[in-house]
Amino acid sequence: MKTTIDRITIALLATLMAVAFYQCKPKGPAEVTIGDAAAQVYVAPGKYDEFYNIVSGGFNGQIGVYGIPSGRLFRIIPVFSLSPESGYGFSEETKPMLNTSKGEVPWDDLHHIALSTTKGEHDGRWIFANGNNTPRVARVSFKSFRTEEILEIPNSGGNHSSPFITENTEYLVAGTRFSVPMGNKDVPINSYKENFKGSISFVKVDPQTGHMSIAFQLRTPGFNFDLSRAGKGPSHGWFFFSCYNTEQAYTLLEVNASQKDKDFIMAVNWKKAEEYLAQGKGRIEKVKYAHNIYSEKTHSATSTMETEVTVLDIEQLPDMVYFIPCPKSPHGCDVDPTGEYIVGSGKLAAMMPVFSFSKIQNAIAKKEFEGDFNGVPVIKYESALHGEVKKPGLGPLHTEFDEKGNAYTSFFVSSEIVKWNVKTLEILDRVPTYYSIGHLSVPGGPTSKPHGKYVIAYNKITKDRYLPTGPELTQSAQLYDISGEKMKLLLDFPTTGEPHYAEAIPASMITANSTKIYKIEENENPFAAKGEAQARVERKGNQVHVYMTAIRSHLTPDNIEGVNVGDEIYFHVTNLEQDWDVPHGFAIKGATNAEILIMPGETQTLKYKPTEVGVVPFYCTDFCSALHQEMSGYLRVSAAGVKTPLKFSTGVPDDATSGAGK
Amino acid sequence: MKKIIPFLVLGMLAACAPDKPKQDTEEYAQEETSKPNAVAENAMTGKGLGQVTHVTLNTPLEGERIGRGKAVYEMKCQACHKLNDQRVVGPGWSGVTKRRTPEWIMNMVTNTDMMLDKDPEAQKLLELCLTRMPNQNVSIGDARDILEFMRQNDGEK
Repeated sequence: MKTTIDRITIALLATLMAVAFYQCKPKGPAEVTIGDAAAQVYVAPGKYDEFYNIVSGGFNGQIGVYGIPSGRLFRIIPVFSLSPESGYGFSEETKPMLNTSKGEVPWDDLHHIALSTTKGEHDGRWIFANGNNTPRVARVSFKSFRTEEILEIPNSGGNHSSPFITENTEYLVAGTRFSVPMGNKDVPINSYKENFKGSISFVKVDPQTGHMSIAFQLRTPGFNFDLSRAGKGPSHGWFFFSCYNTEQAYTLLEVNASQKDKDFIMAVNWKKAEEYLAQGKGRIEKVKYAHNIYSEKTHSATSTMETEVTVLDIEQLPDMVYFIPCPKSPHGCDVDPTGEYIVGSGKLAAMMPVFSFSKIQNAIAKKEFEGDFNGVPVIKYESALHGEVKKPGLGPLHTEFDEKGNAYTSFFVSSEIVKWNVKTLEILDRVPTYYSIGHLSVPGGPTSKPHGKYVIAYNKITKDRYLPTGPELTQSAQLYDISGEKMKLLLDFPTTGEPHYAEAIPASMITANSTKIYKIEENENPFAAKGEAQARVERKGNQVHVYMTAIRSHLTPDNIEGVNVGDEIYFHVTNLEQDWDVPHGFAIKGATNAEILIMPGETQTLKYKPTEVGVVPFYCTDFCSALHQEMSGYLRVSAAGVKTPLKFSTGVPDDATSGAGK
Repeated sequence: MKKIIPFLVLGMLAACAPDKPKQDTEEYAQEETSKPNAVAENAMTGKGLGQVTHVTLNTPLEGERIGRGKAVYEMKCQACHKLNDQRVVGPGWSGVTKRRTPEWIMNMVTNTDMMLDKDPEAQKLLELCLTRMPNQNVSIGDARDILEFMRQNDGEK
C-alpha cells in the first residue's frame, strides 16, 4: 500500500517537475533547435534563398537586404544616411537626396518598410520607408535597390506612423508621432491642449513612375500617432491609426500618457476625404518641404522646395473620421488579410481587442456612439468589437498574418510570439524569443495574400546570443518555421542598425528585373565622358572639371597638371564597363568627403579641394582586375597663383626617364 | 531595309548568356565534359564560338556602318585598343581583319566570356594581355559595324 502511495507521489512529483520545467522560460543561449533545423536553413553554395527580407535599419538610416531562410546579409541600401561605401550623399550627384527645408540632414531613424502592392498583393516594384526624426518618406527601386526619391513631410513632429500603404499603392501615409504647434509657432509648452495639433499626410504615389506628392493632410486633435494600416478588400477606402496620449500630456509621458483606460484607434474614410478635397473643402497652408528625386538617366538627383499643402480639418468635416476606444496606449494596429478584422495591441493591456470592419460600419450607420472627442464621434467599444484575445501575454506590440487565418503577435514584455486564430480568437501556440521582440514579419504578412512559411522576430535585446563585442552588440533576429501547427525556432541571425519593421517577398518576384548595368549609350549625365576620346580637363575660373573614364585597368586622364591650391576640382568619373558586377571606385588622398563607387555605365562626381602643394595620388578602390593595383594616377597641385600649364594625359610619357612604352 | 543584317544568325540556343550563375553543380560538370569536342570543331573553322556563323562582306565598304562602328569603338573599345599595332591593355587593331575571320572577330566582341573560356586563340590572347577582355554588351549589329570600321582601318576600300 505504502509503495503504491509512494509511487503515486513520485509520479505526481515527476509530473509537477515536468510541468514546472516546461513552463520555465529558457534563460540562456544554450536553447537548442530541434529536428532538421540546420537543413531547413542551409542554402548550398551557389543556390539562392527563397525570400528577400527587406529590413529597416533604425538609427542607422538604412535598409538591410537579407536572404530567408539563410539569414545572410546581401546589401545595405543607404536611404536617409550618408554612405561612405558608395559615396551616397557625398557625391555631387547624390547630395541633393539628403536636402530638407533645414538644409542637409545626413541621418535619420528609419523604422518601417512598406512594399508596394496591387490589389492588396505584393507587386515587387518599390520599397517605401519612413524617416522618423526629420519627417521624411523614401522610395527605393526594387530594380536597382537604390533610393530614388525622398519627400519631406511638413507639419509633422516626427514621422512614425508611416509609410503604410493602401491596397493598390494609391497612397502611403505619414502620421506625426508628436503633436506640435502648426506653422513653427513660439508658444508655451503647457499650452498643449490649445495650440498643439496632430497631422497626417496622405502621400499620393504615381502608378507609373512611383513619384510621390502630398495629396492632402488631415488636421487632428493633438495626441500621438503610433502605427497604422490601410483597409483592404471590403475595408479598402479606410485607414486605421493607433493613437496614444489622448490624455494630451506634454511631460513624463510614461506616466501621464498612461492614465486613461482606453486611447483610440482612428478610422479614416479616405474616399470621403477625396470627396471633400474635390469639393474644395480643403484649405491651402503655406509650408516648406523638400522633394528629392534621383534620375537613372542623368545619374543625378534634384531637390525642389515645395511650398503648399491642402489641409482637411477632421473636427470640421463630418462623416470622415471616427474614433474607436482601444485599451491602454495601442501600438500595433493591424488589418488581417480579409480586411475584416483590425487588431489593436495595447502595450499595457492584459488582452487584445479585435475589431470588426462590418460592425464598425454598422455602428456608424446606427450612430452607436459613446460621445465625441472635439466633435469627432467615438464609436461604442462593444459595437466595434469582434472579440478579445484573453490573456495573450504581456506587452503586445505587432501582429502579422499567415494564409491560413492565423495571427502572430509579438510580446515585448513576456518576450514571445503568440499564434492565435483570427476568427475564434483562440490561442494556438507560443514560442519564446531571445530577447524582447519588437516587430515581426511573415512573408506577405500585411498583404491580402500572405506567403506564410516563416515568421521572423526582430528582437530589441541581444545580450548573450552572440560572441560579445564590447558594450555594443549586433541586433538579434530569429527565424521560426510556421508551416506546421507548432512554431519551431530554426535560426538566429545578426542584423545591422536597429531593425524595426521588415517585410519579406519571394525572390521569384524580384530577381528577373534586377538591374545589371547602366547602358553607356543612355547615360545623360552632363558630365559623362562616353569613351576615352571625351576624357578631358576643363578650367572654369577656380573650378576644374576632370572628365575621367575608368575601365580595367586604367583611369583616363591619369596625369593631371595645372591645378592650384584653392581650386575646386570635380572628378566626374564615368565607368566605361558594360559588364555586370564591374564597378570601379575613385578616391584621392586627403579628400574630406568619401570615395565614390561607379557602376558600369554610370557617371559620379567627387569634389576635391587641395589645401597644399604637392603631387597627389588617386586610385581605383574596388578590386577590379589583375592589374587593379596599377589603376591609379597623379594630380600635380601648384601653389595658388602659379601658372602651371593645364595638361592631362594617359599612357604618353614625355620624358626620357619613364620606362613606359619601351 | 537598311537594317537587314547580311549574315546568318544561327545556334541562338547554344550561345547562352553568362548572366545566370550555374546552380546545379552536376549540370556544370556535364557541360565541362561535353564541350571540348564542340570547341575543337569550332576552333578548326577559326570562326570562334557564338551566334555568328557566317558573315557576308561587301566591297566597297559600307560607309554608314563605318561611321557607326567608329562611334561604338570610341565609346566602348578605344580605352584598351589602339588603331595601330601597339598593345596597350588589349592588342592594337591594325591587321586584325587579316589575322582573324570576320566571324571570330564578331564572336569575340559579342560572346566574350565564352570565347575567353573555350576558344584557344582567345585564350592565347588572355595569357598575353593578362586582363580579361570585358563583355561590353555590344549587340550583333554593333559588332558588324565595328568589323566594317576595322576593315577600313586595315586599308580596305
